Amino acid sequence: MKAPTVTPSRAPSPLRRWLQAAGILPVLLGVIVLFALLTPKFLTADNAVNVARQASINLVLAAGMTLVILTRGIDLAAGSVLGMCAVISVMLSLSATWAPLAIPVALLAGAAVGAGTGAVVAYGGLPPFIVTLGTYTALRGAAYLLADGRTVINNDLGFAWIGNDYLGPLPWLVVIALAVVAVVGFMLRRTVLGLHIYAVGGNPEAARLTGINVGLTLVAVYAISGTLSALGGIMSAGRLYSANGQLGTGYELDAIAAVILGGTSFAGGIGGILGTLYGALIIAVLNNGLTLMNVSYFWQLVVKGLVIVIAVASDRLRTRHLG
Amino acid sequence: MIRGGEDADPVLEMRGITKRFGGVTVLRGVDFAVRAGEVHALMGENGAGKSTLMKILGGVFPPSEGSILLAGRPLIARGPTEVLRAGIALIHQEISLVPTLTVAENVLLGAEPRHRVFRWVDRPRMREEAARLLASLDDRISPDALVAELSIAEQQVVEIARALRHDNRVLVMDEPTAALSEREAERLFALIIRLREQGVGIVYISHRMTEVERLADRVTVLRDGEHAGELTRGHFDRARIVALMVGRAIPELSPPTVVEADQTPRLEIRGLSDSAGRVRSVDLRVGPGEIVGLAGLMGAGRSELARLVAGVDRRAAGHVLIDGKETHFADPRAALASGVAYLPEDRKSQGLFLQMSAGENMTMTLASPSARAGVLSPSTLRDYGERAVTAFGIRLAGLDQSARLLSGGNQQKLLFARALALNPRVLLLDEPTRGVDVGAKQEIYRKIVETAATGVAVVVISSELPELLLLCPRIAVLHEGRLAGVLDRAKDDVTQETLMALATGHAPDVLS
Repeated sequence: MKAPTVTPSRAPSPLRRWLQAAGILPVLLGVIVLFALLTPKFLTADNAVNVARQASINLVLAAGMTLVILTRGIDLAAGSVLGMCAVISVMLSLSATWAPLAIPVALLAGAAVGAGTGAVVAYGGLPPFIVTLGTYTALRGAAYLLADGRTVINNDLGFAWIGNDYLGPLPWLVVIALAVVAVVGFMLRRTVLGLHIYAVGGNPEAARLTGINVGLTLVAVYAISGTLSALGGIMSAGRLYSANGQLGTGYELDAIAAVILGGTSFAGGIGGILGTLYGALIIAVLNNGLTLMNVSYFWQLVVKGLVIVIAVASDRLRTRHLG
Repeated sequence: MIRGGEDADPVLEMRGITKRFGGVTVLRGVDFAVRAGEVHALMGENGAGKSTLMKILGGVFPPSEGSILLAGRPLIARGPTEVLRAGIALIHQEISLVPTLTVAENVLLGAEPRHRVFRWVDRPRMREEAARLLASLDDRISPDALVAELSIAEQQVVEIARALRHDNRVLVMDEPTAALSEREAERLFALIIRLREQGVGIVYISHRMTEVERLADRVTVLRDGEHAGELTRGHFDRARIVALMVGRAIPELSPPTVVEADQTPRLEIRGLSDSAGRVRSVDLRVGPGEIVGLAGLMGAGRSELARLVAGVDRRAAGHVLIDGKETHFADPRAALASGVAYLPEDRKSQGLFLQMSAGENMTMTLASPSARAGVLSPSTLRDYGERAVTAFGIRLAGLDQSARLLSGGNQQKLLFARALALNPRVLLLDEPTRGVDVGAKQEIYRKIVETAATGVAVVVISSELPELLLLCPRIAVLHEGRLAGVLDRAKDDVTQETLMALATGHAPDVLS
């Protein structure tokens, strides 16, 4: 028997290793430095809180999206679920008996929709893109129907603190988003479910042969994404004291952009939540910085789009020769 | 062109080809030459380096050292397309046609004739050219037929036609008869002989000795990535080729225990069938501590049988008993829980999580049972990983190293370690040493014997008969889904020939 089996193979240089681990962080830092130089209003404590608040809801959606994309899937319904659950939460808050249950019911609705989606993907064998394109459309309709085409307003909203109050120096929105990142990060790195998500995304056939419950893993992933979308809806409603059928339109695309910027691969099994955090912050910093510089919204869209493609392209270049 | 003889200059020459992947050298200074108008057989055991050599020739990847000359001039082609343009065509084991296109479209894919003026695809000319190329090969294939509607043999002819469109000087055929019936193979041989007469240099890769004896003008044998020898027609026979291929004394393993017949078998299969007719009413008993081989030709149902036992595919009929207890697995999870571990045939697509670490790959099945409230127990997993690294002799930089960066042998050991993680009672190994270098092979053999010695019932599926003869006191042979016979080396005279006779469905007078 050969005893010394652990032999050092080619060790990457410290810089290479840092770049590999840091992912998109250098781009985030670069954008921050750029805006700090361009406008004095950018690098202030107040504005930092602003950026974080602007990133928070997208970050919550993107956390769920990260899990889904890790399993080779996509959740196009995230924005629609957000809208629908926001409407549900505000409507319930208007009823004296249901008001205390507004948040749990909205979260459960999101979880149920997600679990249903996951079940169709896992056991019906339909592509996630198509299934969630369906729920994206149908739930948007449901959101309008529930709100009867109007904006539901509650000026006395019980959970308005979520959107407007602070915990110490940080808005609750930011606290919640960071908590979601922490919990999802722990789940991915330290739990069986997290390990199985990477396994199912990396090689579904091997996962099945290894005895992993692939179907249940997928159901869990979409259910979590649905729940987090609902949480995003509660955060939006809490900030606005209201909700309507249009709320959250297009949010799923920002969430996908954050995930992709963060280096999570559409091929599945590669990526993580930290990259998504950076990705969501890049998007928020761009929106914020360009607005401070009085760049028109139309130009903001153009710049944002280009940054996404360039950042991901440079990331590919950097990791091309890595395993 | 006239037929090249002994003295003709080689049309293709590979000189001093060395190939390293990471730290592993898979080819070491191999010379290989093909003359115009000859069939040059390339032989060697699995993992000897044949396919690597041919992939280098085909431009799939460059050699680490060495050069390739085509008609005396250095071949400077990057990638498979340029190599094909240069005049070297590879016919792979797997058909690489587009099934939804027609024969003509496939034959001229990537070289579609264009209209002189408008530059659009000139369909009439495309059809004509394809028909002309096909005419010399097999006139029963219509250029207008959809490839999906053709038999495998016909598809192969279409591939050859495509290879010939560039006026190829070298044609490489990798196990071309593997999926063919006897009559289809005969037609292919006639075609090969015709191409040889036209002056094409043909590299013929095959494990089938009879084909090589019949067709080859020369034989080159690779062994462990090195050139083991070259024999010309009249100077080669089966025995000499095999001697070159094996080339070394295979170290003796401690003889596996043979089990008493009246003992309750650890694994008992009764009348097991699948719904597709690939496994038909198979019976097999494997005792504790026994290693039973499962032999048979490609498509005989060996992997399918293992997959049924392991719960991967659904049974249509029959029983699987573990320690005398009836089981009803609906999926691999249930099988694992009952102590049946399965090491799948295709390491990359069915076994490994390439983007995950070596440690994670080994402990994947252990993660859930060792977790508390769904939270992983890193220390348990690390302990198992470290013990497995030592026990299997896995060479890696650390448990965190990506599985992708390991050699085939080390990857296979990861999967073996994973299969043992839950202390199975039955271990099904499907081609456990495919594409694995010789050193790792020995270590895997040793580990199989060790595992059996702890009372595990082991079933080894292998296409390499010497491997089965080395490991297994009893060898079950499948033929077209049925059990053709079980050979017991204690009673029967078991040789590669007797195994082959059973596998090909010939009179089983070898059975006791």
